[in-house]
Amino acid sequence: MPSILMPALSPTMEEGKLAKWLKNVGDVVKPGDVIAEIETDKATMEVEAVDEGPLTAILVPAGAENVKVNTPIAVIGEADAAPAPKADAPKAETPRAGAAPVAAPAVITSGAPADAGIPAGAEMVTMTVREALREAMSEEMRRDPEVFLMGEEVGQYQGAYKISQGMLDEFGDKRVIDTPITEHGFTGLAVGAAFAGLKPIVEFMTFNFAMQAIDQIINSAAKTHYMSGGQLNCPIVFRGASGAAARVAAQHSQDYAAWYGHIPGLKVVMPYSAADAKGLLKSAIRDPNPVVFLENEILYGKSFEVPKVEDWLVPIGKARIARVGHHVTIVSFGIGMTHAMAAAEKLAAEGIEAEVIDLRTIRPMDLAAVIESVKKTNRCVCVEEGFPQFSVTSEIAAQIMTHAFDYLDAPVARVAGKDVPMPYAANLEKLALPNADEVAAAAKAVLYV
Amino acid sequence: MAVKSAYISKKSGKGDKPNLTNSGFTTEEELYAYREMLLIRRFEEKAGQLYGMGFIGGFCHLYIGQEAVVVGMEMAQKEGDAVITSYRDHGHMLAAGMDPKGVMAELTGRRGGLSKGKGGSMHMFSKEKQFYGGHGIVGAQVPLGAGLAFANKYRGNGQVSVAYFGDGAANQGQVYETFNMASIWKLPVIFVIENNRYAMGTAATRSTAQAEQLGARGAAFGIPYEQVDGMDVRAVRDAAERALDHCRSGEGPYILEMLTYRYRGHSMSDPAKYRSKEEVQKMREEHDPIEQVKARILNGKLATEDDLKKIDAEIRAIVTEAAEFAQNDPEPDVSELYTDIYVNA
Ligand SMILES: Cc1ncc(C[n+]2csc(CCOP(=O)(O)OP(=O)(O)O)c2C)c(N)n1
Ligand SMILES: [Mg+2]
Repeated sequence: MPSILMPALSPTMEEGKLAKWLKNVGDVVKPGDVIAEIETDKATMEVEAVDEGPLTAILVPAGAENVKVNTPIAVIGEADAAPAPKADAPKAETPRAGAAPVAAPAVITSGAPADAGIPAGAEMVTMTVREALREAMSEEMRRDPEVFLMGEEVGQYQGAYKISQGMLDEFGDKRVIDTPITEHGFTGLAVGAAFAGLKPIVEFMTFNFAMQAIDQIINSAAKTHYMSGGQLNCPIVFRGASGAAARVAAQHSQDYAAWYGHIPGLKVVMPYSAADAKGLLKSAIRDPNPVVFLENEILYGKSFEVPKVEDWLVPIGKARIARVGHHVTIVSFGIGMTHAMAAAEKLAAEGIEAEVIDLRTIRPMDLAAVIESVKKTNRCVCVEEGFPQFSVTSEIAAQIMTHAFDYLDAPVARVAGKDVPMPYAANLEKLALPNADEVAAAAKAVLYV
Repeated sequence: MAVKSAYISKKSGKGDKPNLTNSGFTTEEELYAYREMLLIRRFEEKAGQLYGMGFIGGFCHLYIGQEAVVVGMEMAQKEGDAVITSYRDHGHMLAAGMDPKGVMAELTGRRGGLSKGKGGSMHMFSKEKQFYGGHGIVGAQVPLGAGLAFANKYRGNGQVSVAYFGDGAANQGQVYETFNMASIWKLPVIFVIENNRYAMGTAATRSTAQAEQLGARGAAFGIPYEQVDGMDVRAVRDAAERALDHCRSGEGPYILEMLTYRYRGHSMSDPAKYRSKEEVQKMREEHDPIEQVKARILNGKLATEDDLKKIDAEIRAIVTEAAEFAQNDPEPDVSELYTDIYVNA
């Protein structure tokens, strides 16, 4: 008989809380009836029945947390012979068809970081990237009354991806401003406000929509300091999700690291971990220059350790050695780090010790850190999710060739998104994105093993 | 719904009202509208279910509640008239006569989908049916629609283009750049504003100046406009006929602001907590486009309950077939990753 599975209700949902049952065992339900409410980190949603019949069993009790998508939660119709999963132990973990190809553990701890910049003995707290970004903005807004947040749905809706949840309550609608859908207009307005000395944080629902506004970001924000002979600066942060989420197709999946990395006058930051997201966003807000801050929707819900210290700042322009090794250097940033770190684990199992560098900032790039590592390992693989041509990794490869040519024992290898618009189909999307196996294979290729 | 209408004559720039009474539908038209709207409703309900079951991924924006807009427009259009819209596009495609199996299989990302599984819910096209998508960037389809009209005028083929966009999209600057060009070049384009009162979680009244008169924005450009009860398929069809006549006679663009309502959240991941359940319920009970036609059919004895049940069953069969196809059709061949990037020159 049909069981009702824990539904996925957003492109990136992996699990949720079963908040409430609206029907009881024995109730007869029809297709379309709301039978339960589930909560994700983003929202509360209703679960509808698809089949008709009596609700014969509830398999997951109200209040159960972390119920994985596709876990059977109830049975409609006559119970059948197959034993039903226990009510209190939702186990089935069939992956949702087409779910995000990124499988990361709940808590990500980087393997033996050499230099995380974290003060010795600092207390660590686990938080998601989403919470880290929110803390960064809130702390800076408490600290400086001239910092404000504007964007689509940042206020009353609590953020399209819930980054700004609760901020309207705390700071009021003078400082947390819902805009109309008019990116070119509100970006220009924010740049003007920054010329006048205010410190706007502009949230783009995703950076795909910042293409509407890219003229103001580049022609107005990035170039004015130079054109004014240093008189007029633009202390502004443009932030939001960049890159692929899951199954949102070509117009909603582009990564913009290379686009903004191209532009003199902009700083471009792309953090991976929550600690970096927090520390770098705080630095970006304080920076007197325009900073493009590229986040990733899949990383929003991932948890990391963040130091609990007063004013946690991470400097812009400094890379982080996420894992120490001596056979090959793997350089990445943002969600590319997921593949880099997973590849390093795979390689380690085969006796290959990779050094993994998280660039964290795209511009200005910490080339010194990369070159230093390459001088040690003599081999390098660079990883990004963006398109391969004219990309961040092609820039890194060129720089290594210029500055460390004599140290290289193999040409620099690059692993990037495929040179195609992002397809929607689950199998093609998976192929279009880089993965740990490709990174590990590239590492072996430069090691000639 | 309370509708304010105004016809701004181009010369005077003052409002003078044309005859906006509903002409009424023939029995065939009522039954046609019923069937077409029901197909969209049932199709969308099924898509919602398949999303919850994991067959559809990414964003999925349902058209439930707004069916009368696209069906009324389609009833007035002629073959060859072009249509372009946003990501909330399933209804437009079904009304354009695109194959429900192909639409549903695109939603599930399978090779039999209208974009071979590469576009998904938001991106489907049919040159044959003159349907130009399916666009994910809010407002982008508006100048594109004017471009389709430009091509029609250029060729002098007498065809009109219909560009749909939402109340939220009505705030994008490119919409007004387009109004200006459409007006000065007298482009045969109908701008259909689907004012469903919300742009994602933002009520139009919170984000939009003069939110109750979006069509009136055309007045600044000398474009005639009407506000239409978009829940009444007859009102839509009649307004569409006036707009199409205007465009075909070479008078230039026309704006139809459709007052409508979406019953579901913005997309599947929107819990829609920004409005009350009562508000939605009231719309469903008092203005549902399908129920209105159904009541007219039954009260006017244009058909019996049994006749309608037969139609319902036919529609369910079409939707079930589409869903089954969409679940069983294979994914695209992996070689498709690198096809369709360029046209072979
Ligand atoms: C340029 C751009 N900005 C933001 C978005 C995100 N977004 C998608 S739909 C939407 C709301 C649009 O509302 P409306 O125009 O009223 O259309 P509806 O969804 O009601 O049909 C937003 C903000 C986008 N897709 N494109
Ligand atoms: Mg709307």
